[in-house]
Amino acid sequence: MHERTYDVAVIGGGAAGMAAAVEVRRHGLSCAIVERENQLGGILMQCIHNGFGVQEFKQELSGPEFAEEFMDLVAEAGTDVFLNTTVDSIEESEHGKELFCYSRKDGVVKLNVQAVILAMGCRERNRGNIRTPGSRPAGVFTAGLAQRLVNVEGYIPGKNVVIVGSGDIGLIMARRMTWVGAKVHGVVEIQPYPAGLTRNIVQCLNDFEIPLYLSHVVSRIEGKNRVEKVTVSPLVNGIPDEDQSFELPCDTLLLSVGLVPENELSENAGVEISPVTSGAVVDSTMMTSAPGIFSCGNVLHVHDLADYAAEEARRTGAYAVAWLQNKRPARQLRIKAGANVRYVSPGMMNPELPDKLYLRTLVVKNNAQLVMKLNNNIVKEKKLSHVQPSEMVSIKLTKKDVENWNAESDSVLEVSVQ
Amino acid sequence: MQNNGNAAGERTKVDVAIIGAGVSGACIARQLSAYETEVALIEKEADVSFGVSKANSGIVHGGFHHSPKYLKTRLEIRGNLMYDRLQRELDFPFSRCGILVVALNDEEMKYIDHLYNQGLENGAIGIEMCSRERMFELEPKLERDCVGGLHAPGGGVIEPYRFVFSVVESAVKNGVQLLREFEVVKAERSGEKHIVHAADGRVVEARYVVNAAGLFADQVSEIFGAEEFQITPRKGEYYLLDRKTKSCPNRVLFPVPTKVSKGMLVIPTVEGTVLIGPTAEEIEDKTDLSTNADKLGQILDQARKMVPSVSQTDVIAAFSGLRPALLPEGDFYIDISEKTPNFIQVAGIQSPGLTAAPAIGEYVKDLLKKAGCRLTEKAHYDPFVTKLPRIRDFSPFEADDLLKKDAAYGNLICRCEKISEAEIVAAIHAGHTTLDGVKYFTRAQMGRCQGGFCSYKIIKLITRETGMKYDQITKNGRDSVVLTGRL
Repeated sequence: MHERTYDVAVIGGGAAGMAAAVEVRRHGLSCAIVERENQLGGILMQCIHNGFGVQEFKQELSGPEFAEEFMDLVAEAGTDVFLNTTVDSIEESEHGKELFCYSRKDGVVKLNVQAVILAMGCRERNRGNIRTPGSRPAGVFTAGLAQRLVNVEGYIPGKNVVIVGSGDIGLIMARRMTWVGAKVHGVVEIQPYPAGLTRNIVQCLNDFEIPLYLSHVVSRIEGKNRVEKVTVSPLVNGIPDEDQSFELPCDTLLLSVGLVPENELSENAGVEISPVTSGAVVDSTMMTSAPGIFSCGNVLHVHDLADYAAEEARRTGAYAVAWLQNKRPARQLRIKAGANVRYVSPGMMNPELPDKLYLRTLVVKNNAQLVMKLNNNIVKEKKLSHVQPSEMVSIKLTKKDVENWNAESDSVLEVSVQ
Repeated sequence: MQNNGNAAGERTKVDVAIIGAGVSGACIARQLSAYETEVALIEKEADVSFGVSKANSGIVHGGFHHSPKYLKTRLEIRGNLMYDRLQRELDFPFSRCGILVVALNDEEMKYIDHLYNQGLENGAIGIEMCSRERMFELEPKLERDCVGGLHAPGGGVIEPYRFVFSVVESAVKNGVQLLREFEVVKAERSGEKHIVHAADGRVVEARYVVNAAGLFADQVSEIFGAEEFQITPRKGEYYLLDRKTKSCPNRVLFPVPTKVSKGMLVIPTVEGTVLIGPTAEEIEDKTDLSTNADKLGQILDQARKMVPSVSQTDVIAAFSGLRPALLPEGDFYIDISEKTPNFIQVAGIQSPGLTAAPAIGEYVKDLLKKAGCRLTEKAHYDPFVTKLPRIRDFSPFEADDLLKKDAAYGNLICRCEKISEAEIVAAIHAGHTTLDGVKYFTRAQMGRCQGGFCSYKIIKLITRETGMKYDQITKNGRDSVVLTGRL
């Protein structure tokens, strides 16, 4: 068995993994990225549309262009990259951690490292997860798989398409399928509001006159060999109304019904997982419940933009370096999701080193107010012109914000949206 | 298991033609492959086990559910005992994990008493009555209301489709000809022979024909001018839970049975996922494998009556299977036809058909002998198939050696079930060239992502290994084409 030794191993070579690795290298520590696909970039490589890089590179790039910027940084930084390599398990060892990796080229490789940064991204929820009844013909794809087939593999998955879910991947695939000559008969969204970014509703549906059915579900799939049609039902009081149901003939159903952080490897390594985000529970330094294992990007919680994932990962890289230098926060406050907030990530903060927080709301609201309370006293407020569950809110806390906080070690910071 | 089917117009001449490559047909074919007898195994689908045998509970039953007056009970007891040896020979996933029947009140406990006595009478080995305490010792996840139950340690779980694949592989290795996509549409007698015609023009000549056509056994019987009977499809819907579920029991859990079925179970599958179901609903269409929204609630409710922690969020897939029921009695109908010469009926093989199948193989062999078929044992019969390594069974240290022998084990294609390129290539080389065929052979696409990450990689491997074009790749044969165009 081959063995290699590094200070830090980053698992996953997408936006988050590359950003984290570059940051580790910037501090002069040795670092390897382990990537299961045959190139770096992760899901970015199939996202050939624009809209990446506005935060990170101050210009609008396609997914592969954005990835290439980071690939250059990874190469410049002198980071070792293991491609076509899957991490099978993370074990504790006398000297740190051992990663057992499998690849066709190198066989089983053991990486001996001090710290691990998890950046594996997420997987798509599928038909079984949303329990769509009906027959089980060919022609049902997750939207991301269809995107991969079209944009990377060069195959067309179908000619007459219905899309379930108005998440960004679903919306972008509505436009993409139209461009490759398919007819998109509609996008069906269970919620009364779209799940994707407003700009994607405009650019991917409205511009192509593709109908969006809000508060509707696909209640049945029919077809013996290949999909033949689906039944679309409006939700009345949360229940599909059969009387108002209608059929859409199609040969293809694309599912864009949410993403789930892919944490099976993390769980097997003893990392505690949040039932709310399906990502790791992390402290203010993005460290999981397993000392020396950090988490960032979409494997921590699902981000709206690759830019946010990269930004979070860069901080995570720096925190991993600090941990290796035995720098730990003297105290950390627990952060609690208050009224109308689904979660805040990370779930802790260091009052000496205030940092960025990401949150998702449970409500759609204009002119909302973000309220932060420490031990039930309001310590910060901020106007938010519009919030909705599909759009992540970021809060940057500064030293100035926290100077009069009088935080005790058991203090709780509650974040609400009103 | 290569597809050695004949071309249109060509004639395959054999002693015995078996119609239907489900678990019964497969076991009959393998049984006969030990003799100097030419056998053709005929299947209308693109792969074997694609009918009734692919979607069922995957249980090797404990021998107490049915009265000793039935043929199916005798074959169940005998079949159960044959599984250990079959596993050694055929290398399929099987675990004798045991079965519990859960009684939730005193009324049900009375029925447990009946099942226990029936099991004793049938000769079920090791069967025991359990107090509440004993039940919780055997299964800590049980509902607190459990008052007692039955334990059948001889029961177990199996991957049904994988079992059929192995049985057919063994049969083919010993000379059985497998003809797939051969849908029998016509048959006639010519002298002492049956002439069997496929929809695509292929022809099989056979002295004896075995009708093991599952749901379509009634239609095949009619084609041969044999007995009239009706097979009623009885649908069973299932939900599959992620292997991460906290609700995986140690043993198969049965409720106290109802008149029409054995009830809805909680099954720890042999590969670590959990199956809940099935429903039991008589339908008309023998091809209707749809699932229905109202059944999910019923299945979850029933499962939670035994394991309260079963959660809807663990569901990764739903599917239906059809039982080929011969009503009203529901017994197996395995006999020499009285109307058509040299024609053996193997019909109504619903539960416990999987358990009984190896014994059905023996039983039908004896019937053929009785009907005059000459059976001389082969000098060189090899009951073993080549064991294929599975990367998931190897520790990293053991895997190191395996990868040195075949590097393709290092390329993990299916991350959820941990299946390597080498295993998928082995499936393709064994003739499983549809996405479902690869799935049933290897488990790739069967995990929590349901093929979201790996199905395109499998498509590429199938085209690479077979030379098939992208638009020839199907989910499960016929027109179930996966990709419709190229950019």
